[in-house]
Amino acid sequence: MADGRPPRMHASEIAASSLALESDKLVKDFDGTRAVDGVSLAVPAGSIYGLLGPNGAGKTTILRMLIGIIDPSSGTRRLLGRERPLEAASEIGYMPEERGLYPAMHARDAIAFMGALRGMPLQEGRRRADAVLNEHNLGEWAKKPIRTLSKGMAQTVQLLGTIIHKPRLIILDEPFAGLDAINQARLEELIRREARAGVTIIFSTHVIAHAERLCERVAIIARGKVAFDGRVDEARARLRPIVRLRTRASDGPWRSAIPAGARREGDEWVFDLPESGPEPLLKALIDGGAGIETLAIERPGLHDAFVAIAGSAAAQEMGKERAR
Amino acid sequence: MMRFIRSAFVIGRRDFAATVLSKAFIFFLLGPLFPLLFGAVFGSIGARVASQSERPVIAVVTSEQDYAAISAARDRLADAAGEAGTVQIARFAPEPDLAAQRSRLLQSRNPPIQAVLTGSIGAFHLTGDVGKQGETVGQLRLILQDAETPQPAQPRLSVDSTKVASSGSLAKDRALTAQIGQMLLFFLTILLSGMLLSQLIEEKSNKIIEVIAAAVPIDAMFVGKLFAMLAASVLGIIVWVSAGALLIQMVKQGGVSTLPSPAIGWPGFLALAVVYFAMNYLLLGAAFLTIGAQASTVREVQTMSMPVTFAQVLIFGFASTVIGNPDSVEGLAAAIFPLSSPMAMLARAAEEPVWWPHVLALLWQALWVALILRIGAHLFRKTVLKSGPRRKWWKLRRT
Repeated sequence: MADGRPPRMHASEIAASSLALESDKLVKDFDGTRAVDGVSLAVPAGSIYGLLGPNGAGKTTILRMLIGIIDPSSGTRRLLGRERPLEAASEIGYMPEERGLYPAMHARDAIAFMGALRGMPLQEGRRRADAVLNEHNLGEWAKKPIRTLSKGMAQTVQLLGTIIHKPRLIILDEPFAGLDAINQARLEELIRREARAGVTIIFSTHVIAHAERLCERVAIIARGKVAFDGRVDEARARLRPIVRLRTRASDGPWRSAIPAGARREGDEWVFDLPESGPEPLLKALIDGGAGIETLAIERPGLHDAFVAIAGSAAAQEMGKERAR
Repeated sequence: MMRFIRSAFVIGRRDFAATVLSKAFIFFLLGPLFPLLFGAVFGSIGARVASQSERPVIAVVTSEQDYAAISAARDRLADAAGEAGTVQIARFAPEPDLAAQRSRLLQSRNPPIQAVLTGSIGAFHLTGDVGKQGETVGQLRLILQDAETPQPAQPRLSVDSTKVASSGSLAKDRALTAQIGQMLLFFLTILLSGMLLSQLIEEKSNKIIEVIAAAVPIDAMFVGKLFAMLAASVLGIIVWVSAGALLIQMVKQGGVSTLPSPAIGWPGFLALAVVYFAMNYLLLGAAFLTIGAQASTVREVQTMSMPVTFAQVLIFGFASTVIGNPDSVEGLAAAIFPLSSPMAMLARAAEEPVWWPHVLALLWQALWVALILRIGAHLFRKTVLKSGPRRKWWKLRRT
């Protein structure tokens, strides 16, 4: 929500789930520059939540504040009911955008070490590491140094280390960055599997397709502010459906039914569906003798909604800056 | 508190294993051998050069009888003062043209003649490259005086040779122990702090620091890193001390028991040396970690740590003022100033047999270790892992 208040949720949603994460008016200033400006979020437990935004929107800073790596300049945050995020460290898994592993460490030890950081005994970590590495066809690399692994393998090892201690909340910063299509699909499946097990997953991305496939709720961040927070279909509903029309007649009374902003794309007319809906439009076209060849009503995707919401929020902010 | 200790242990265990199990640690253990090797090599070369180059001699142009008296006097002087420092003499039979002989001798290269002594007992004359009041002339005067005087019987002097050192020699030996202890403490600490710093930089460049910072308190990470390197260095010290003791036992007659005992006794001194090393390392290491936290590249670290290293050399110099005078104003100041305190107190342990100042000093140093760690962790949290432009370090105070 742009006004800084926690986003409104349906009563049924509140009843169905407690919040895994919530923040209230988080602000972060770096040397006089406001990187994050009054971000309030509410992530229901057990959901997959996407933090979307263009590069430099402030997603990483928000995640770092939520996870407790950096403190906010003002505002509060609660993770799994705790106001100090590090107190919930054993129940959280975090994978930063810039991946980091010790190059000389063996893959299984790297995973076990990451588990140990979150309070898991080292021996148990090694045992689980062997199991998950085998599960991901990396068993033969378990006792090889990280430096000998390919980039994709190393990223998988890092992800396995992030979830080895079976956290209740997983936070992933740009998890799909640098992965090939096959590994992206594997990661999507892993996220779905964790969510099915009741784990809350929050991830940031600037590639909207992943969020559209995975997320129930998203927050769109633009210039450090929440431009939108809600369900994916609510985001899509922000835009009017698009009509694609092909007619036999090139002119006639039916042209008055087409909105003024309509544009030509090849031999098609493309325009937003009028607020009155499809039926009056259809009637006017038929009565006006358009000779409808094809008429398609397309629901806008999350990508369109993202571009529109983030773009208009950025434009608004830039306008405010110019006015100042 | 348990979580803090556990987190520090996880970090420390990883760092310790990574350090000790690396090939570089073997070089670290072999490190003290290199100065010894260099010393031995250059020492032997120097000795060879010194022995090969002929020492200048004084040509004595006189009768055989007079020369016998002079030579005997010269040998007596060499017995008392040492052969190395005593002038060399050689006899030449007088020739009819004494001036020509003198001139020829002064140009001789084999043996190289420094000066020519001509005449006979009671009327000698010296010509050559010597100062009128120089050491050579002084020695020759003593030799001639001795040669001219009939030899009396040796004066009575009863000598009791004891194993107990006199207060003078004891103070000298203890000062030497204090000096060696301080030097070892200083060089070892500098070496380890550098290693600690490069490890932190490696983690920052590996980006793993963000994974760690998200899971454990930064203070715990600092403490874990410090203690890991401390444990690795204690392992190194044990190896070095054992090897050194073994070497002394093999080379020196009587073995380690013949080494000058520090005032507080060997067991106490060694225990304090380990504890003061730990404190010195923790104080300096914490300071270096704080610097490392501000820097993001190795170049930045080198630039920032250089003045600190120079400052540490000054502090070492300050701490060395304690030696021989631990209760002076400078000595007490060095013991109180946190960064020089461990070195100053180790010197005190070598020279003063009192324990209670060490208890006080250790508490004082522990307080400063905690304080520097807190400040370091705070600065680290403020400056590391933030997006946006970096603020200059001189502006950090205002953030």
